[in-house]
Parts: sequence; C-alpha cells; structure tokens
Amino acid sequence: MTALGRLIRTTAFKLIAAYLLAFAIFAASIIAYLGWHTQRLVVGQVTDAIETEAKILSQQYTIGGVNRLASIINRRSRQPGAGLYLLTTFTGENVAGNVLNLPLNFLDSEGWKEIDYVRSEDTDGHTSRAVVKVIFLPGEFRLLIGRDVVEREELRRIIIRPALWSVAVLVLLGVAGGLFVTRRVLKRIDEMTATSDRIMAGDLTGRLPLAGTDDEFDRLALSVNAMLERIEVLLAGLKQVSDNIAHDLKTPLTRLRNRAEDALRTASTDVQWRAATEQTIEESDTLIRIFDALLMIARAEAGQARAGMVPFDLAETVESVAELYEPLAEEKGLSFEVTAQGPLMVRGVRELIGQALSNLVDNAIKYSCPDEEDGVSRTIRIAGEPIGERARITVADQGAGIPELDRARVLERFVRLEASRTRPGSGLGLSLVSAVVHLHGGTLALEDNAPGLRIVIELPLEPVSGD
Amino acid sequence: MAYMVMIRHPAFPNPSSVPTSAPADTALGDCGVLETVKEEIMRLLVVEDDRAAADYLRKAFREAGFVVDLASDGDEGLSLALDGGYDVLIVDRMLPRRDGLSLIAELRARGDKTPVLILSALGQVDDRVTGLRAGGDDYLPKPYAFSELLARVEALARRGGPQATETTYRVADLELDRLAHRVMRSGQEIVLQPREFRLLEYLMRHAGQVVTRTMLLENVWDYHFDPQTNVIDVHVSRLRSKIDKGFEPPLLHTVRGAGYIVRDGAR
Repeated sequence: MTALGRLIRTTAFKLIAAYLLAFAIFAASIIAYLGWHTQRLVVGQVTDAIETEAKILSQQYTIGGVNRLASIINRRSRQPGAGLYLLTTFTGENVAGNVLNLPLNFLDSEGWKEIDYVRSEDTDGHTSRAVVKVIFLPGEFRLLIGRDVVEREELRRIIIRPALWSVAVLVLLGVAGGLFVTRRVLKRIDEMTATSDRIMAGDLTGRLPLAGTDDEFDRLALSVNAMLERIEVLLAGLKQVSDNIAHDLKTPLTRLRNRAEDALRTASTDVQWRAATEQTIEESDTLIRIFDALLMIARAEAGQARAGMVPFDLAETVESVAELYEPLAEEKGLSFEVTAQGPLMVRGVRELIGQALSNLVDNAIKYSCPDEEDGVSRTIRIAGEPIGERARITVADQGAGIPELDRARVLERFVRLEASRTRPGSGLGLSLVSAVVHLHGGTLALEDNAPGLRIVIELPLEPVSGD
Repeated sequence: MAYMVMIRHPAFPNPSSVPTSAPADTALGDCGVLETVKEEIMRLLVVEDDRAAADYLRKAFREAGFVVDLASDGDEGLSLALDGGYDVLIVDRMLPRRDGLSLIAELRARGDKTPVLILSALGQVDDRVTGLRAGGDDYLPKPYAFSELLARVEALARRGGPQATETTYRVADLELDRLAHRVMRSGQEIVLQPREFRLLEYLMRHAGQVVTRTMLLENVWDYHFDPQTNVIDVHVSRLRSKIDKGFEPPLLHTVRGAGYIVRDGAR
C-alpha cells in the first residue's frame, strides 16, 4: 500500500474530507446567493437607465423625426463613457450610432438582449459586454439602446471570482491540513505499532512514546505503558521463579538423586532399603512444599486470587492462628501474648492471610529458641488492632532479630540469613507473607523489637456499609 | 480401555483384591483401619487419565480392601458413576473429553449424591474453592501421600453414616455429648477447651478411622495449608493428656506416617 493510500484510508482523513465537502457546498451556495442578488441590483440600475433613455429618444423621434433622433444619437455617442446607440433602417443600414459588428439579424426582434460588441471608435477591436434594448420605431426604423455592464463584470472580478478562488484554496488547504493531521496521527500510531512489535519480539523495556501534550494519544500511551510495566514486573517475577527453580530446587533434587543412588549401591538389608526409601519420600515432600510455596507466591503476586476476596474478620484469624501455635510455643518454653480487638473486617482471602500469619508465628517461635539455653524467658506478642482506617497486625518476638541491612533482602525468595541456615525452612516464608500482604493492598514492615524482630502488617479495613 | 477392570459387581470379586475376611495386619499394614473395612466391601471409582497413577491407586486401594474401578476419561467416568453403586468417587480435575468438575456438576445435577474426592495438580486456595463449589466433597492436591488419600476416602465413605446424626459419641468408656458440650470418661467429667472439644469431636466422629493432620487442620481450624511444624501434634498430645492420662486403655493413638485414630485399643 502506498503512503498516500494509507493516509486516505485513515478514519481521520475520511472525517476531514467529509467535513470539507460539506463546508465547500455551504460556502459556494452563500457566494452564489450573494452574487446573484448583487448582479440583479446592478443590472436593475442599468435597465432603468436604458428604459428612461428609450422613452426620451422615442419622444424626440416623435417630435423631430429620424433626423433629430440621428443627431441626438450622434451627439450622445461621442460623449466619453457613453452608452450604446444604434439606429438602423429596417433593412439593416446604419443611420447613426457607435456600435459595430452586431450579429446578423440582431435587430430583427424587440426586447432585452445581452451582447458582446465593438465600438465604432475603437480601432483595436476590443469587445465589451452590454445589456441592450431593441425598439422598433414607427416608420420602419430600429433603435438599439444599451449600457456597458462593466460594473457587473467588475463586480464579478473583484468579489465572486476571488470568493470562489478562496473556497478552492480553502478546500486545498483543508485537504493538505487533513493529510498533515492524518499523517501526524498515523505517525504516532505507527510509532505505537513499532513499539508493540518490538515488545512482541521480546524487548519488554520498550515503552510507547509520549508527545507531552496530554492528548488522547498520551493518555492511551500512559495507560498502555502502565500495563507494560505490570507485565514486565510479572515476567520478572516469573523469571525469578524459574531461576529459583533452577537453583534452589535442583539442590534438593540432587540430594534426592544421590540418596537413591547411594541406596542402590550400598544398601543390602531390608532396614537399609526402608530407611533410604523413607528418606527419599521425605526429600520429595520437602520439594513439594517448596513447589507449593513458590506457586502460591507467584499466584499472590499475579493477583489472581483477587476475584475470590470476601470480607472476613481479621481478629478471628489472628486469634485462631495464635491459638493454633500457642501449645507449640508453650512447649518450647515461650510466653505467648495475644491481643485481638475485633472485629477487624478486611476484604481478602482468609486462607492466605492465615497462611501468612502462621508463617510469621512459626518463624517467631523458631527464632525465639536459642540454640543454647540462656534461661531467659522470652515472649512472643501477637496483636491485631484498628489504626484509623487500617487494621494493624503485629508479631513480635525476642529472638535474634534481623540486622537492619538484611531486612529488605529477607523478603526475597530463597534468601536465608547465615544464622538460620542450620534451621529447617526453605527461605520462602517471608516472601509469601510479603506477596500476600501486597495482594491485599497492605504494607509490611520489619522493625527492631530490641531485642528481636517485630513485624507490622497493615491492611485496609473494609468500610462499614450503612445501607 | 485395556487396563480397565470391571469388577463392580460384588458377586464377582476380583481374585487379586483382598478377601474381606483377611487378617487385618496383612491387608492394612499399620494403618489400623481394619475394623471399618471388615464390615462391608467399599466400592471405589477412580477417574484418572494417567495410566500409571490410576494403576497405582487401584493396587493400593485393593490392598486396603476396596473394590476399585477405573475410568480413563470424563465421559466414561460419568457413565460408570451414574450406573451407581459406588461409595466414593475419586476424580481427577483435568480429564480428556469431559473435565472433572463438569463430571461432578453433571452428577449432582442428576441428583447423585455419591461422595466425590477431587484429586488435582491444581492445589491453590481458589482451585480448591472452585472444586468444592462444583460439588466435590473433598479436595486433595497432587502429589499426595497415599495414607492421606486413604484416610480421606475412608472419612468420605463413612460420611452420612449413623454416627453423624448422633448427639452422643461413644468409644469404650469415653463419651462426648455434642449438645451439652460435655466429655465424660468412666463417669468422670473431663474439662476441655472449646478447640480441644472440636478436635475430640472430629476424632470420635471418625472413630476407628485414621485422621490425618491436614484433615484435623481443615476440619477443626478451617485452614487448608500445611503447617510447617508439628503444631497439630502438640494439640493432640494435649488432648491425649486430658482424655487418656489416668485411664486404661488408651483411646487416642498415633498412627505412624499417617495421623491419629480414636479407638478402643483393647478390642
């Protein structure tokens, strides 16, 4: 398709063309109306003058016969800027006047006519246009009286022609402007298309260009760019997951395989076989758990669970999770303090929030028990309370805590601090918490409990509906 | 379907299935569900398109004393299920020809109330919700431990049995009054926390059946995730110290590798 063809096929250009056509028709009809009326006015004056003169000349003929009339005509003909006069016999012989080259038989009928004529005193044969009246005089003479319609022609020259021209120019400009505007639109759309082609080819960093004019294209580009941003984040997450899978799932898989291989090579008794098999199952359970956690994080980050969100009482969730872990804490010699001011209605997935909370409480218990007993009684505090329009959940322990520098890092997948490497866990617990909190539009903060770690989660409270 | 075995009629028991009179230990290992199986043959339909998985399930359930039929796609599963006579259906979600959820929905639409356990690789919260909403009674994500699947199938097969409507559960000299929220053992009242009461209630409703940790978490706490530590064990041992301590015989047993069971050990 040619470039022009492409331009003409655009919606913008078609609209402009239709608009121009309508405008041109309207303008032309106004000019036609004006022109017609002005001409009528001018011609009206001319015919009045001719009519008056015809009356006078007819009277003079009646009074003084053809000779008197001829002398009057000759006198008038010689005046500068005079009208047209011609007096002939019925056979067409000129008696007096200043008109040459009349068409044959022009004077054979009476009435108003319009002619191009040449004046007898004009030697260069310059023709003019005139309105004339032909009168048959008694005695077989014919009289032609006329006036130049120079004014009318002049009028046409100075008003109507330019007006028509300006309409033509306008249409031309309109078409050109239309092409220009369309080309601009087309150019921006082409830019967008090029960018999206680039993105489709795999370059996700591409963004639609902004003209900075805040027009509809900019708004569209902004919205598409925001969408691309989101897609990029999601894909980065996906890539991270696959990197994690490559790195952190292959480690336990290798262990699993080694163990099976080792059993194949060395196990000889039923007891040894059984132990090896049990270990294999245990390892695969660990793998399954890591898989589930990764999938759950990925889903939470993708925001897919948003459809299933319902209002529920967060205070009840806090209480039930605390209640679930309370015996375990007690068994480990930890004090457990739970305060939940309910109801705290939030919109979300109770299951996910429960899982996140249980990860936090589980961590708090795990990291509150020092490897060597120091005899200090440690307390875990769990609280749920309303703070303005948000629900705040705090899980605070008195364990080793997390150094400030590491606090952002521990939210990433598979990150485990050196101190915790020896303890069971996958390094996914806090990542899941973070993903779940963000899914629910909340905030997560890791603070110093001096000593220990305090995790503060804030979730938007569901507005209480009065109706 | 070369690997499909039609042994649905009890009159023609498959020779490889466990005879109902077989001693418990050979049939069940340490799962301890012998008493419940002995009374009647339980019939199971497994709708699963993966042949290896289906064969494994058939073998394992037969060893546990079930009569097992297999169907390899949704349409076949539906027509077999509609013929009726099954105690429990195990349905995979992603099936050829008709997916698992549509199979269940169709079954329910025709008024069939056979308990259905959905077995699926889709194991996230919303997947479970969709599965249960479609008419499934239980949902187990793949991969699963067979002991977990067995316990859940047993629980489903017993669902709606006489015990569910009773207001008082009894195991040996342990008595739980569901209306009065009271627990007695040998005529002595035992004071339980509300959650402990619900725990015991669930265990006693499934007396004689293995109940897994995740089943307890689901039914007593209404959470479906996998607690990372032994939180459930601590709850159960607390309960055990209340109902078994100072009494004979012990009624609340741990089944290694599976879960817990409440039963009269002396029987």
